[in-house]
Amino acid sequence: MNERIIDLAARGEGRGWATSWYEASARARIDGLLDAGSFREVIGPEQRRMSPHLPLFDLPRAFDDGMIVGSGRLDGSAVLVAAQEGRFMGGAFGEIHGAKLVGLLRAALKLKPAAVLILFDTGGVRLQEANAGETAIAEVMRAIMRVRAAGVPVIGLIGGRAGAYGGGGLIAGTCSRLVVSEGGRISVSGPEVIETNKGAEEFDSRDRALVWRTMGGKHRRLTGGADAYADDTIEAFRQAALDQIGRAPAFDLATLEAEQRRLEERLVRFGDCRDATEIWGQLGVNDPESVPALTTADFETLLVSLGETTHDAR
Amino acid sequence: MMLAEILASLFPEGHTVTIADGLISGEGPFRGGRLAVIGIDGDTALGVDGACRLAGDVLDVVRRGGGTPILVAIDSDSQRMSRRDELLGLNEYLAHLAKTLLLADAHGHPTVGLIYGHSAAGAFIATALATRVLVGLPGANPSVMDLPSVARVTKLPLDRLEAMAKDTPVFAPGLDNMVRTGAVQAVLDPDLPLADQIAAVIDAMPEDDHRDRLGRERGGRPVAEEVAAQVVRDAALG
Repeated sequence: MNERIIDLAARGEGRGWATSWYEASARARIDGLLDAGSFREVIGPEQRRMSPHLPLFDLPRAFDDGMIVGSGRLDGSAVLVAAQEGRFMGGAFGEIHGAKLVGLLRAALKLKPAAVLILFDTGGVRLQEANAGETAIAEVMRAIMRVRAAGVPVIGLIGGRAGAYGGGGLIAGTCSRLVVSEGGRISVSGPEVIETNKGAEEFDSRDRALVWRTMGGKHRRLTGGADAYADDTIEAFRQAALDQIGRAPAFDLATLEAEQRRLEERLVRFGDCRDATEIWGQLGVNDPESVPALTTADFETLLVSLGETTHDAR
Repeated sequence: MMLAEILASLFPEGHTVTIADGLISGEGPFRGGRLAVIGIDGDTALGVDGACRLAGDVLDVVRRGGGTPILVAIDSDSQRMSRRDELLGLNEYLAHLAKTLLLADAHGHPTVGLIYGHSAAGAFIATALATRVLVGLPGANPSVMDLPSVARVTKLPLDRLEAMAKDTPVFAPGLDNMVRTGAVQAVLDPDLPLADQIAAVIDAMPEDDHRDRLGRERGGRPVAEEVAAQVVRDAALG
């Protein structure tokens, strides 16, 4: 159960800045991301706000329902933050899990923080609470729109074990800016879902290289699905989040018209591509096969040389 | 109701709504102005191409201004499940479509969802659930996942799930359960003119998102409203 998860990576390493984001718990990510000691949780685990529904399915519950929300400081600026615990129910959206994020975004309208940070780690909707989870995702998307329209950037950080799948992928697409690491995957249907429904010839979910290059952080960053690429450390995510806050696009007709053009152009340019390597080649990458093995520094150099992967159309 | 009957009931004087590749687009006369219609018909899955076209239609309405309301009529499958769709970034396309609807609403174009058939998962979130108010017609069947699939994933016997589904609205498929969750505000009467009923929905648009309150009142989401409200109450910048 969640409350018993021991964070070996964060334990005994002080601030744990070199800690792997992928391996860290949601709480360790928040602790390392924010200024030391500044996080103030709302509805913490001591309140034992647990799912009223999971016992029907004989499933264990978590004191925080896999969602941690609160406020803190990022390089001195006041921010609100939400983090999903991917190790509890795959970080999936249930009733309380979703309602905590909805509440945080509504609080942002009132408090006007410098940013709202969402640390995604989710497989999507929690099937045992499917209707509540799906409705919560719709509420989150509407709330993000209102927060952005009020001028508060909403920054998504994606690098967890569970990725950002299903409705989590849709919420990610409504954020002002997205930071992703190599291990972060952003997608709607997961590999197993596609394989189960359409067969292994459509998507072989055991082909991990295929999964990474179709849904992984490098592909999303190269094609404009994410705005920044971070090393898999908490410190790298912290720095990337700080960089992105000041660059958040407005939420208005001009932004969405630009996004419409951007997405239409992607269909025209890459709509016939079978594989990510074809897309990377058309983007101007000389040796597409080498991309998965590139270090972060070499990947950044590649991004700079391509030039066109950064945009405000989100 | 079939889409043709819906359109006839909405627009007794005729309309320009067309259907191509399962995508609905057009408009008709409505209360002295126009009502724009977009949507998905025939249990069609929503992929990158369809989402992009529908989003373009919504932006056209916003660009023309005038506060034209937008009806989002839905009888869809889930999101299209394919390698190509995910390779091209389906999450961005579906989110973009939802954002255009949210923007339209914020720009004074009332948005109303109308579910008259099936819908599921990402297609549902990107369309009907992204409107200010979602209503349904009898016989509609929204779901996140059908019960046999839920049985596979949760490893619970199907007959037990079917028994649980009878009195557990939080997870079971179906229109009634989405009404109780608060996602669907009301079920319309197919025997009365839809134009009048949609007009009444538009006239009674809630200012804020009150789906969690409905969920509590109707018992489908007992604690969401209270949890969200507590976060709003307790959160403070340090």
